[in-house]
This record gives sequence, C-alpha cells and structure tokens, in this order.
Amino acid sequence: MADKLKLEMVTPYKRVLSEEVDEITAPGFVGELGLLPGHTPLLTTLKVGELTYKKGNEVFHIVVNWGYLEVEEDTVTVLVDTAETADEIDLARAKAALGRAEDALKTLPHEDKKYMIMEAALQRALIRIQVAGNGR
Amino acid sequence: MPSLKDIKKRIGSVKNTQQITKAMKMVAAAKLRRAQEAAVAARPYAEKLHSVVSHLAQREDIDGHALLNQRGTGRALVVLMTADRGLCGGFNANVSKEAERFIRANEQGFDAIDLMIIGRKGRDFLKNRVGDKITKVHENITADATYKTAQLIGQEVVDAYSAEKYDAVYVIYNAFQSAIVQIVTVERMLPIQSKETDEELQDTSIDYIYEPDQGEVLSQLLPKMVEVQIFRALLESNASEQGARMASMDSASRNASEMIGKLTLQYNRARQAAITKELMEIISGAESIK
Repeated sequence: MADKLKLEMVTPYKRVLSEEVDEITAPGFVGELGLLPGHTPLLTTLKVGELTYKKGNEVFHIVVNWGYLEVEEDTVTVLVDTAETADEIDLARAKAALGRAEDALKTLPHEDKKYMIMEAALQRALIRIQVAGNGR
Repeated sequence: MPSLKDIKKRIGSVKNTQQITKAMKMVAAAKLRRAQEAAVAARPYAEKLHSVVSHLAQREDIDGHALLNQRGTGRALVVLMTADRGLCGGFNANVSKEAERFIRANEQGFDAIDLMIIGRKGRDFLKNRVGDKITKVHENITADATYKTAQLIGQEVVDAYSAEKYDAVYVIYNAFQSAIVQIVTVERMLPIQSKETDEELQDTSIDYIYEPDQGEVLSQLLPKMVEVQIFRALLESNASEQGARMASMDSASRNASEMIGKLTLQYNRARQAAITKELMEIISGAESIK
C-alpha cells in the first residue's frame, strides 16, 4: 500500500492541484471527513467549506464550494465549482459580503427563496474569512 | 479603360478593406489564444467527471435514474451552437447545415424535433428553412461563456427532459481541432451514455461508500454532467469560431494584397501610357513647327 495520497483537484476553469499528500480533511455533505492513505473507496458530495491537506509538516487550506470527492486506490479526485487558496482570498470582499448577507438575513422572511441564497452566501463568506485567518 | 483616378480610388478602398481584415485577424488571434486556453483548461474537469460517472455506472445498477433511462422516441431537442457574428468562413453555415440535415434525417424517427439555438447566426440561417422548429434562441452568450451560463442552459435542458417534454437531447457544435480545423460534431447528451468498458468490471466487488447515499449522489452528479457537457461545447465552439475567423480573415487579407498588386500594375501601365501619349504629342507638335 502506498503511504501517500494523490490529490487531484479540478474546477471547470482549471486544474487546481495535482499533488502527493499525506492527509486530507474535507467538508463532506454529512460531516467532516478525514482521509488517510488506504482509505476505502468513497464517493461523496461536498458542501461549502474548508479543505485542508498535509504535506510533510506543512498544512494547506483551500476553500471549496460544492462538488464531489472520490477516493479510489489512494487517488483522491475532487471536483468543485470553485477553489481558492488562502492567499487568493480577498478578505475585504469577504467581509463586505458577510455584512451584506447578515443585513439581508435580518430583513428577509424565512420562506423566501432569497433567504437560502443569502444563507449560502453568509456561509461562504464566513469560511473564507476563517481560512484567510488560518493561512496567514 | 478606367481612368487613373478611378484606379487610384479602387486601390484606396481595397487598402481600407485590407486594414480591417488584418485588424480582425489580429483580434481573432488574440481571442483564439484565450478561448483555446479556456477550452483546454476545462478538459480535466469534464474528463474527471466523466470517469467518476462511468466508474459509478460500472459498479452499480443505476438504470433507475431518469437521466439514464432510454425512453421512447417522442420529442427530441437539438441544441445548436453557432456564433453571434459572421465573417468567419464556413463556421456558422457548416454547423447550421448539419443541424438541418440532422433534423431532416431524423424527422421520421421522432414525433417532433425542437431546436434550441445558441447564437444569432444560426437563427438567421435556419429561420427560413426550419423556422417552425425553433423554440428558443439564446444570443450574446458565446463570446464570454461562463460556467454560470452553461449551468442555466443545462438546468433548462434537464428540467425539460425530466418533465418528459423531450425523450432525447442532442447537441451540435464545432469541436475545436486546431486553429484552422473545426469538426462539426453531433453528440447525444440525454439520456446519458455510460460508456462502459468490460475490462474494469472486477471493481464491482469492492465496497463503495456513498455519502449521503447513492441516489442522492447520482441525482446531483448527472445534471452536473449535462452542464459540463454544455460548458465544454460552448468553449470549444467559441475557440473554433475564433480560429475560423482568424483563418478566413487571413485569406481575405492575402486576397486583398493580391488585388492591390494587380491594381497597382494596372495603374502604372495607365500612367506610363498617359506619359507616352503626352510625349508623342509634344514631339509631333515640335515636328510640325520645323
């Protein structure tokens, strides 16, 4: 058995990553997943969240936004709509988005379709801010 | 014999045209590079998604899903991708003709065929031929196709298909081969073809974990597949368009140079003839005085 995981991350716009890593933590649909080499084959949807991977002693953080993760024979394929590393995040913009979403959520009724959209926006902004804080 | 002034005017106008075609060629070349990069960058995602789906198809019995099921031969939808602008050689005509041919060839096979056109030129071309089949036209989206655009169109297609409005969906577009070669491609988008390969069937024995569960994963994965296919087709079509425009503008510029050469020759001959005539008149005038 290999002692490394091959991590491949792609978005519709580009191939983000293709690296050998030691450990991956991903935001699975039903909860956070920790992946180590030798993991059982798995296919899951991902929600908005923070994906971290360890390479030696270094830890990397990436914000992912809706997608899939497949594990097969120590190859982890991550298909996501967007992926941003900590230094790609515009902290000011994320904070502005957070403010906007919070304001909107206060005024909107729960049944409104927009409520869900804004809630998702809020989540994205929170995760971005968190990851930006971690990465620095 | 046209006068000197006439020829000069024509040279001027051909030169103007040449400047325009040259500029268009440059612009197309620059856009081609970007479009090509985008098309190439989108490939890994489409390939990975496809391999995920076909892994899934190999392992499990997934005939139950609406997007995979073969239904009858009721209505079909054809999604045609053309450009919004002309001046790109046979780009629009080729793909539109193929669409027309496809519709004529399959008219008997289906109860009805509807046509969704992306790009103004395709609509202009087919309006008078199969105008009654055109149900929807999207304009001005090919030039800067984002994933969002593809998602919206994909949603529309999947919704119509799931509602059993259509029993098959085809997409016709120009696949990008190289800057000068485009291949008109017809693909069946729905029901999704799971390209199974028998050699990997031993995988079935492995226990696979699905989160949240298999049905949920599938019902999210399959619409995605349609979106990605549309996205890829849009990008390829855009790259092909720029390539076709670059090639046709290049040949237009070359034709213009050739024409300028011919006209200049004509101009010089006419000028020489005029000078000779004048000289003759002077000499003969001088002779008569003697």
